[in-house]
Amino acid sequence: MLAAGITGSAGAQKRELVTINKDPFPSSYTRLESVPTLITNATVLDGKGGLMEGADVLMQDGKIKRVGKNLKAPRGARTIDGTGKWVTPGIIDVHSHLGVYPSPGTQSHADGNEIGEPVTADVWVEHSNWPQDPGFVRAAAGGVTALQLLPGSANLVGGRSVTLKNVPGRVAQDMKFPGAPYGAKMACGENPKRVYGTGENNPTLHRPYTRMGNVAGYRQAFADAQAYQREWDKYERDFKAGKDVLPPKRDINLETMAGILAGDILVHMHCYRADDMGTMLDVMKEFNYQITSFQHATESYKIADKLAENNVCSAMWADWWGFKMEAYDGIRENIPFVHKAGACAIVHSDSEEGIQRLNQEAAKALADGRKVGLDISKAEAWTWLSLNPAKSLGIDKMTGTLEKGKDADVVLWDGDPFSVYTSAEVTFVDGAPVYDRTNPDFNPVMDFELGQPGEGDVE
Amino acid sequence: MSILKTLKGASVAVAIAGASLSGVFAEDIAITGGTAFTKGGKGKVENATILVADGKITSVTAGGDVPSGYRVIDASGQWVTVGLMATGTTLGLTEVPLSGSLNDATAGSAKNTIGLDVTYAIDPSSTLIPVTRIEGITRAVTGLTNTKDYWLGQGAVIHLGNGFDLVEKQGAYIGLQISEGAASKAGGSRAALWQEIYAKLEDARPEPEADAKGDEKAEKKDGKKKKPSAEAKALKRLFDGKTSLMVTANRAADILQVIRLKKHFGFNVILNEGVEAWRVADELAKADIPVVLDALESLPQSFETLGATQTNAGRLAKAGVTIAITGKGSHNARLMPQNAGNAVSNGLSWEAAMDAMTVGPAEIFGLSDSYGTLEAGKDADIVVWDGDPIEVMTSPTAVLIKGDQIELVSRQTRLRDRYLDLTRSPQFKK
Repeated sequence: MLAAGITGSAGAQKRELVTINKDPFPSSYTRLESVPTLITNATVLDGKGGLMEGADVLMQDGKIKRVGKNLKAPRGARTIDGTGKWVTPGIIDVHSHLGVYPSPGTQSHADGNEIGEPVTADVWVEHSNWPQDPGFVRAAAGGVTALQLLPGSANLVGGRSVTLKNVPGRVAQDMKFPGAPYGAKMACGENPKRVYGTGENNPTLHRPYTRMGNVAGYRQAFADAQAYQREWDKYERDFKAGKDVLPPKRDINLETMAGILAGDILVHMHCYRADDMGTMLDVMKEFNYQITSFQHATESYKIADKLAENNVCSAMWADWWGFKMEAYDGIRENIPFVHKAGACAIVHSDSEEGIQRLNQEAAKALADGRKVGLDISKAEAWTWLSLNPAKSLGIDKMTGTLEKGKDADVVLWDGDPFSVYTSAEVTFVDGAPVYDRTNPDFNPVMDFELGQPGEGDVE
Repeated sequence: MSILKTLKGASVAVAIAGASLSGVFAEDIAITGGTAFTKGGKGKVENATILVADGKITSVTAGGDVPSGYRVIDASGQWVTVGLMATGTTLGLTEVPLSGSLNDATAGSAKNTIGLDVTYAIDPSSTLIPVTRIEGITRAVTGLTNTKDYWLGQGAVIHLGNGFDLVEKQGAYIGLQISEGAASKAGGSRAALWQEIYAKLEDARPEPEADAKGDEKAEKKDGKKKKPSAEAKALKRLFDGKTSLMVTANRAADILQVIRLKKHFGFNVILNEGVEAWRVADELAKADIPVVLDALESLPQSFETLGATQTNAGRLAKAGVTIAITGKGSHNARLMPQNAGNAVSNGLSWEAAMDAMTVGPAEIFGLSDSYGTLEAGKDADIVVWDGDPIEVMTSPTAVLIKGDQIELVSRQTRLRDRYLDLTRSPQFKK
């Protein structure tokens, strides 16, 4: 107030340019303590299509230091005999609602769908994440080192996603993957229709009622975002031209939509049907943004070539199908068919149970592909679990493969991870064990589980 | 009058028996050269010759000869087992539960809940049946998942073969739910729930002498015997030992109440789900209560399942409890072997896991006379697998259901074949 008074008396002093802080909830992730760790003589899948037998993996200071043969353990290192075991990059699940639909699944915990209006791009899923969800530990027991939390699919635009390192945290920001870009969840098809069509969840606006209503909703939201961005651009232009201008009012909803148009926020689009995906590719071209992934994508196999051409990933289940009309044409070969077409294939869970065994899901998809003559190796199939999901989240420079300098997000399996009998033995995030089957006393027990039946019984 | 009634009843029974023959089994089949497991995960026979005639297994021998006229299925290098039986399914009752219209697995406003009989609702043309059976599942327990109260009617055992009549056993169990949700339907508390259950069952409990007198009285009053309701008939079968009460309960305290219920009434009880069953495994074994469970439960998803663990199946089997592993509802019923595999990873033996998908359910649901093992006289439900049946990368190469070799084709394989090469667009051909 005082400063304003002074500037007022001194004449028109220039205001400062108002810019928007794009990171108001910064990651507070810090690496867990770790010792250098050398795994020797294992079968190693590098996550980008390669397999090495009798190989060693050295992790140090949270990074992959080397992958090769006859590596020397540095002083103070933990050495693990990997004979008969396999080492892979950590699994990355691009579709999880852990923390936002946590266990126990009480109504008080249902924090994943901001139902009320069809476009809720203003909500950020990280503000719903309960880091005490026991599901995070079970996922670590299944080899998951990173995951994307998505808002649910009730809405045309459900809000912002967040990418996490799968580590224990006291506050949600402790889990945020440093440097990961934001994503936005959008949804095609049946869900927005079902949630809003009856008017039950928005008595003033009975739409969308149809698929065409859905598309109208996305288009209007993007058109509004364009107008909003123009206001800010004009403000900046005028300011730089020396005009005395006030910034436009922030619209948290349109900020996310504009962030999509600017390419800062990656679009993860829940669509099942091939025709829905085809329509969304046109919307994408109309407004000149990029859809990063189709989620669920049970019919990607019908348009795998188009998905490859448009550089869109498909995050898929191995064999879920039929629970709703838009999943009725699900086939077991979806993932290998997408892979074969040269498009980016990802195995996802959308399930607190499925996330615990994504390796088995990849195995089933691989087997089904091979049975119809697709020659895909296990090493290639692992790209569905690490490199491709990392790409779709924009974190592939940091994780997703076993390459020197990348984050030591690594799983040691007690056998071939394409077998149902194999379990993750140790899961490392940045070189530190977050789950160790050989040492259960050291595994995280969430606050909720303390003093409850089954405490620490994560198997 | 009464004679006429009896005749009428008999003719209906004959018609049903006739319809239950699901096909003509003209073909004699020999499955040769495989490694067979004749009794669940046990009874290993190398280089087995399994002969099938008239829908039945006639012999299983090591290296046995094939009589002339038999069509041979070469199973060399492959594994041969009994067709698997999925429990806990809604097969035949549902198609697209969430957004389609067909869902006969729930009966939210039906008046009579104990008497409901799912066999009236089963659709043999359901697309889920081929999808499921080509994965080696040849039998299924199917039933209601929800009603207006906590009784789930009478479930059935079906076969997944060809033909219109899939019913193998009508009234295979009477379902009952014990849970927070069930309690709320009974008045808000388990105290109210159990009171209602006991009252209903005490009322139906036959009292030998008084019963006879009561019947006489009723007959005198009306001049004829009172016709029993569907509910009364179902409960009579329960007290006669012809069916079981399958109780869905998860919390250890609730399971102990289920054990007390069995002790009180003495009828057959099956525990369904039993997420915390491992905590009272010895008591279940002592009470001779089998458990039908989902082997994947590992999260405290509610305050009734705080003790969820994938070691449940292994711990129960170790305590001597007979178990069946469920196949997860409807569309995922086919994932039962994967569920069993995860139980193996968590302490269940492979043999016990195979048992839990074959002889276990056969025993629990009273089918052992006709199904559950590869031996002479049993229905020829046989699967040839390209590896260990429980492994996720394994699949069947041949499936026989009641002696009928089914085509390994479903809507899904048809879609797969259509899109294997994307060149067909824009023409739609078979």
